[in-house]
Amino acid sequence: MERLLNVLATLSLAMIVTVLATVRRAHIRVEYSVSWLTAGLALLGLSQWPGALTWIRTSVGAAEPASALLMAAGGIFLVVLFRLSLRISGLKDANIALTQRIAILEYRLESIDEKVKTPAAG
Amino acid sequence: MNGDAVSANQLLILVPAYNEAGAVRGVVNEVHRVMPGVPVLVVDDCSSDATVSEARVAGARVLELPHHLGLGGCVQAGYRLAFELGYQYVIRVDGDGQHDPRDIPTILHALEREGCEMVIGSRFINGKGPSFGLMRSAGIAFFRAVLRPILGKPVRDPTSGFVGVNRTALGLFSRSFPLEYPEIEALVVLQRRRFRFVEVPCHMRPRKAGRSSITAVKSLYYMAHVLLGVFVNVLKFEGRRK
Repeated sequence: MERLLNVLATLSLAMIVTVLATVRRAHIRVEYSVSWLTAGLALLGLSQWPGALTWIRTSVGAAEPASALLMAAGGIFLVVLFRLSLRISGLKDANIALTQRIAILEYRLESIDEKVKTPAAG
Repeated sequence: MNGDAVSANQLLILVPAYNEAGAVRGVVNEVHRVMPGVPVLVVDDCSSDATVSEARVAGARVLELPHHLGLGGCVQAGYRLAFELGYQYVIRVDGDGQHDPRDIPTILHALEREGCEMVIGSRFINGKGPSFGLMRSAGIAFFRAVLRPILGKPVRDPTSGFVGVNRTALGLFSRSFPLEYPEIEALVVLQRRRFRFVEVPCHMRPRKAGRSSITAVKSLYYMAHVLLGVFVNVLKFEGRRK
């Protein structure tokens, strides 16, 4: 179990460092890094605080601490992914509305251009 | 009845098109023959072929989407523009040539006569309708059964895209319209507002060009997606009524 917690600590630290490096290079916006950093810190906390893992194991009735760890990690990532799905849905709606608005404005601009040009041509 | 019965600023023919260069010119020409003087708006869903130029050559106005939105987003863009321009009626005719423009006067007449918000051109009213593949026929039968209790009346052709709407429905759809597979969910959106629809007989022809994107796998995805969309809309409806 100790070895598993050490692996978890290493992976959590790697995730936190990777997210911070990505934010630094501006490949990910700070607002989206928060979810991943929180997830990384939560997993790091679990790896360093076996009491929390024991509490989760007894709470959910898991036979093995490793199962509780898997469940906790899965739960944390599900929350992160759900937040991202919400955000993506909002962005898609905004994208559709913007695309339609641009097309309508271009259409109306072309109509105005035609009206302006028609008398000059005549 | 023909296009002379309605003034040009009242009715708009909306033609959503995506890579329909082989068919769209013929569709627009046919509409002009059946409904002279009535404007035709082709909404191009960012086609990679010559759909836009073909539509313009045929004398249609073209609303060009800067990137691909899918059928619902494409149709809604047309509805939004039509609503902003003040049209009273919009009739949608698909750009692949499957809808016969000679049925447009029937739909328009029903919109004016019935005073309902939407008229569906149904392929199943006269006779037994066109023969689809097993999967598609099963899908249509399935959605007829699902929609019957929700709508409170039978609908024979819930997947028909040959529809006309009046200004009230136009206002609603320009604000809220299902985006991926719109036909069935649009009926539920109408029902949420207690709007009425009627079906009139229409004809369906083979595609003039290109090929259908509907495969067996896509049919299954379509059914699951639309079923979920229908129930989400029903739940919204139940919540709003409380």
